[in-house]
Amino acid sequence: MLNKLIVIDMYTFSSKLKTFSFILMAVGLLGIGYGFLTAPKDIQEVENLLAADSHGGHGEVQHEVSNSSHKENEVAAEHKETTDAKEATEHKEHLTHVLHQLQNKPWAALYVACIFFLLISMGVLAFYAIQQVAQAGWSPVLFRVMQGITAYLPVGSVLFFIFLVLCGLHFNHLFIWLDPEVVAHDKIIQTKSGYLNFPFWIVRAAIFLFGWNLYRYYSRKNCLAQDEATDNNLYKKNFKISAGFLVFFIVSESIMSWDWIMSIDPHWFSTLFGWYVFASFFVSGITMITMVTLYLKSRGYLEHVNTSHIHDLAKFMFGISVFWTYLWFSQFMLIWYANIPEEVTYFITRIQLYNLPFFGAVVMNFLFPILILINTDFKRITWVLVMAGIVILLGHYIDFFNMIMPGTVGDRWFIGISEIASVLFFLGLFIYVVFTALTKAPLLPKRNPFIEESKHFHY
Amino acid sequence: MSNKVIYAIYNDDDILMDAVKKTRAAHHHIEEVFTPFPVHGLDKAMGLAPTRLAICAFIYGLLGLSFGTWMMNYIMIQDWPQDIGGKPSFSYIENMPAFVPIMFEETVFFAAHLMVITFYMRSKLWPFKQAENPDVRTTDNHFLMEVAINDNEEELVSFFKNTGAVEVKVIEKQ
Repeated sequence: MLNKLIVIDMYTFSSKLKTFSFILMAVGLLGIGYGFLTAPKDIQEVENLLAADSHGGHGEVQHEVSNSSHKENEVAAEHKETTDAKEATEHKEHLTHVLHQLQNKPWAALYVACIFFLLISMGVLAFYAIQQVAQAGWSPVLFRVMQGITAYLPVGSVLFFIFLVLCGLHFNHLFIWLDPEVVAHDKIIQTKSGYLNFPFWIVRAAIFLFGWNLYRYYSRKNCLAQDEATDNNLYKKNFKISAGFLVFFIVSESIMSWDWIMSIDPHWFSTLFGWYVFASFFVSGITMITMVTLYLKSRGYLEHVNTSHIHDLAKFMFGISVFWTYLWFSQFMLIWYANIPEEVTYFITRIQLYNLPFFGAVVMNFLFPILILINTDFKRITWVLVMAGIVILLGHYIDFFNMIMPGTVGDRWFIGISEIASVLFFLGLFIYVVFTALTKAPLLPKRNPFIEESKHFHY
Repeated sequence: MSNKVIYAIYNDDDILMDAVKKTRAAHHHIEEVFTPFPVHGLDKAMGLAPTRLAICAFIYGLLGLSFGTWMMNYIMIQDWPQDIGGKPSFSYIENMPAFVPIMFEETVFFAAHLMVITFYMRSKLWPFKQAENPDVRTTDNHFLMEVAINDNEEELVSFFKNTGAVEVKVIEKQ
């Protein structure tokens, strides 16, 4: 791995990988289209679907409790002695409810993949900004890799913003508080509507996405210009804007997590939710840096990246995985212990209806990484890291799935064509954008003041 | 066989590292290196076997985890069943989330303390033990390399003078 003779500074996007990314996007688009086309159009179709289902009885079907317009339905469903007329309306209400969930499903699948890849590039951007502010000596040889991955941010931001606008235009019901009909019958959402309303929500999203992209643009520009500079002014400038960005980021990130994820369950709240979401995409971002670095190294690039750099990245993967678990458990334990009905519904839904993904995420994001990456030698072995990285990335996709799906599709969840196709599409787009960006600049920031230290980083 | 050794004294860790590498390359046997602070990479440069302390720490952690589990089960479930916060399930697994912080702390406690004790035992350190470092300056700002002599005193002295040592001494060891 280290004794490649040919030294290449500029990366060329191999046609194989490019074709692969196009195939992923094409397959993804087909699958996404299939998901939308096969979603039921009316309650007649839902009725047929439910009849075909083995567990047809509507009293057994669990509802997402936060969906309060149907709360009465669920409570009523437990009373067996209801009149026929009432049963008929309930049945219709239930069918409408399931229809909404099934119509939401392809949208929710798209949303999970869309926000996941957007936030991976944000995780990398945050990691990069921390390296700049810490004036880290080990990481400058990896800066161009990080900048390559964050090149997905503008693309991902535009797609994500369009998605949010479509939500506001009622193309879907992912955010039930956007539906005036729901809000009219829901006192809890009414009290929050000063914050949770479409104009304010979309303006916040615009400000955050714009702010993050602004930092990315100038930070990369300065870093590239520093290559030809004769002094360290641009480097110092990057230090300052990175510090400013991190302050903006940690505030906007918290609000972003409430706006884009927590408000899907608008009755529920958790005060450490921002940190929890951050830990999830931060570890995913670091894992992505490792994976892209290992790929480039396997192709003979990044000659100055040695096993010590890889080892450090693996330590971060390990450490932040534990950090994620700490927050996962902190959020769970306090709510479990207090057992307050409006809080604990969040976990009851997940444990009863999402048992496998809910606990599976802990196995993939905690047990597996901690057992495989605790060993020092393993942190330097490429195939171990690739395997651990794939599990961590899948695990955090599941984590986002667990955060978003229960409030949007309830018990109608399934990792099927819509979900897989959405991931494939965004993965293809991500690969295409990231590796195209990597060809645009030399892979070594040669005039970074710490570049010598970084090249000789060894322990 | 004489018990003669060379004490080569350095005043910089980078010079020491280079000297250690040169000494190893020249196949002289390094008995020990005394430094005022841990020098990164020195163990590798000296060719010492990798430490197994990490494996011990992992095992001690598992031991602590088991102890924590046993302890909470004994205290809270078996010996005097507790009803805390309306959770009188009297079953370990159903109350487990409440015990996780204690199990975690026991894991850390066992791993940390037993690892330090193991380290002291392996390093043959105990309270009131006489210091082994041959020169008090190695606790301040000097680095000392001890190298065995095998009838090549002259050669070694000149060799170490060339490695940047500030002082080269020949000592008869007891």
